[in-house]
Amino acid sequence: MTISKKDVEHVAKLARLGLSEEEKEKLTQQLNDILKYAEQINQLDTDKVPPTSHSIPMQNVFREDEAKPCRNTADILANGPQTQETTFRVPKMLE
Amino acid sequence: MSKKYEIVIGLEIHAQLSTDSKIFCACSTKFGNEPNSNICPICTGQPGVLPTLNKKVVEFAVKTSIALNMKKIKGESIFSRKQYFYPDLPKDFQVSQYDKPLAEHGEIEIEVDHSPKKIGITRIHLEEDAGKLVHVGSDRITGSDFSLVDFNRTGVPLMEIVSEPDIRSPEEAKLYVQELAAILSYLGVCDAKMEEGSLRCDANISIRPVGQKEFGTRTELKNVNSTKALKDGLTAEVERQIEALESGEKIIQETRHYDEKTGKTIALRSKEEAHDYRYFPEPDLVPLVISDAMIAEARKDIGELPQAKIKRYVEKLNLSAEAADTIVAGKDLAEFFEKCLKSSDKAAELSNWIIGSVTAYLNEKKIGIGQSKLTPKKLVAMLNLIEKGTISKKIAKDVIVQLLETEKSAEEIVKASGTTQISDESEIEKIIDEVLAKNAKSVADYKAGKITAMGFLVGQTMKATKGRANPGLVNQLLQKKLSA
Repeated sequence: MTISKKDVEHVAKLARLGLSEEEKEKLTQQLNDILKYAEQINQLDTDKVPPTSHSIPMQNVFREDEAKPCRNTADILANGPQTQETTFRVPKMLE
Repeated sequence: MSKKYEIVIGLEIHAQLSTDSKIFCACSTKFGNEPNSNICPICTGQPGVLPTLNKKVVEFAVKTSIALNMKKIKGESIFSRKQYFYPDLPKDFQVSQYDKPLAEHGEIEIEVDHSPKKIGITRIHLEEDAGKLVHVGSDRITGSDFSLVDFNRTGVPLMEIVSEPDIRSPEEAKLYVQELAAILSYLGVCDAKMEEGSLRCDANISIRPVGQKEFGTRTELKNVNSTKALKDGLTAEVERQIEALESGEKIIQETRHYDEKTGKTIALRSKEEAHDYRYFPEPDLVPLVISDAMIAEARKDIGELPQAKIKRYVEKLNLSAEAADTIVAGKDLAEFFEKCLKSSDKAAELSNWIIGSVTAYLNEKKIGIGQSKLTPKKLVAMLNLIEKGTISKKIAKDVIVQLLETEKSAEEIVKASGTTQISDESEIEKIIDEVLAKNAKSVADYKAGKITAMGFLVGQTMKATKGRANPGLVNQLLQKKLSA
């Protein structure tokens, strides 16, 4: 499996990244290197190994359904580039 | 609708789960608070936070899975990140379940034209709700100057229920949603009110010539906020698709919106690019594994479901199917009805009052029975007054409105208004004598063999007592006097 420049452009667009031609070339190369590195795993027989979705062997970590007051709402709001009263203000989404 | 085409509909239902806290953090799920007052670093996706799954969300989903007859509940399910950009999504991804949903392969039964029909359920999965946007400068997103974002809803637990494309008409779609809403509300896992957004519905719809195996191109109808709008919207969309095909046009796969004002569906701006959410497992949430013990525990908690309740009302309490349907359709009505039955055995009479005067009043005021002042105790007491002959049914119709509106008991209302039924023979006799004196012609008619004159005289007596005379007694006394 290889990654083409077109793939990089597609993913960059989805991630809203503006890449220069130079960066596209560089990232295509780097991503292919990473893939090649990961491909080493194909040398092993992994038929009996279940696909790994998580790196730690844990399951069913729960919390009880208890609502607690939210203390730092003002700090969170302060992270917004623009706010209006207690709402985040965002520019128009569709022309 | 055309006989030439077959309609194929599949529904995706999003049910907001009635938990106290959000799915992955301890923020309150309460609706209507000041914007951004129920937010925390976890649900707004600040760096370095660790989400933890709400146990109750899992219990609710397992309960629902059992009630919807899901074949696969036991085993592993995985949370994934669904990535897209939108201002109502603070993390720029929604935590959802993708390739390993919580449950798969179920079905529910609906009744279509008095015969049962099974609708398959493809899957049930868990996810988090997004925030709320208010578009300023226009009532729609297009044309607005800017938008305001409230993250209070962000992270409220959602359960998505996806049906198989088994639905064959807009009416069936409506029945399916109603049945599902009833089940969810009886399970106590969701308010299931489309008008309030606790139940949301997206419909995939296509048509195909009768006999054709392959599905036609489908469109998606989004944002309908009542079962009526769902049915009307689907009907309008079917008509549009038939017209398009008949005139040789192609159906384009797109998202459409039903405009209740015009009764037509309109295309929403289609996305420039096909969905590409790049799902991957959410590393911060470990796999969820449902065990037999968890399923057994959830099963204990499932009460009587709507279909079983209707059946019991009809078979054991001898209610009509219509009456049973109406009462069971509202969980609060059914609970009210059953509380009444604890101190009364007049099931038929109780159900008549509940689906008659009571429902009419509640519908008019647009409130639930819980918001009225009527209690099971008050209704049963009124029925007892009718039985004892203290009030007539006619008077009771006025009394019930006051029972719904005020704290007063039936007895207090009746006493205060002097509308107790007159069952005193001498009192009624006195009134009858007056009526007979005033209506000598009718008396003569009756004596000459015109039986119908009797009805008129009964009516006059009732009128003279403003409906308070005991009708049985009036009849009896009149007969006696006229044949004397």
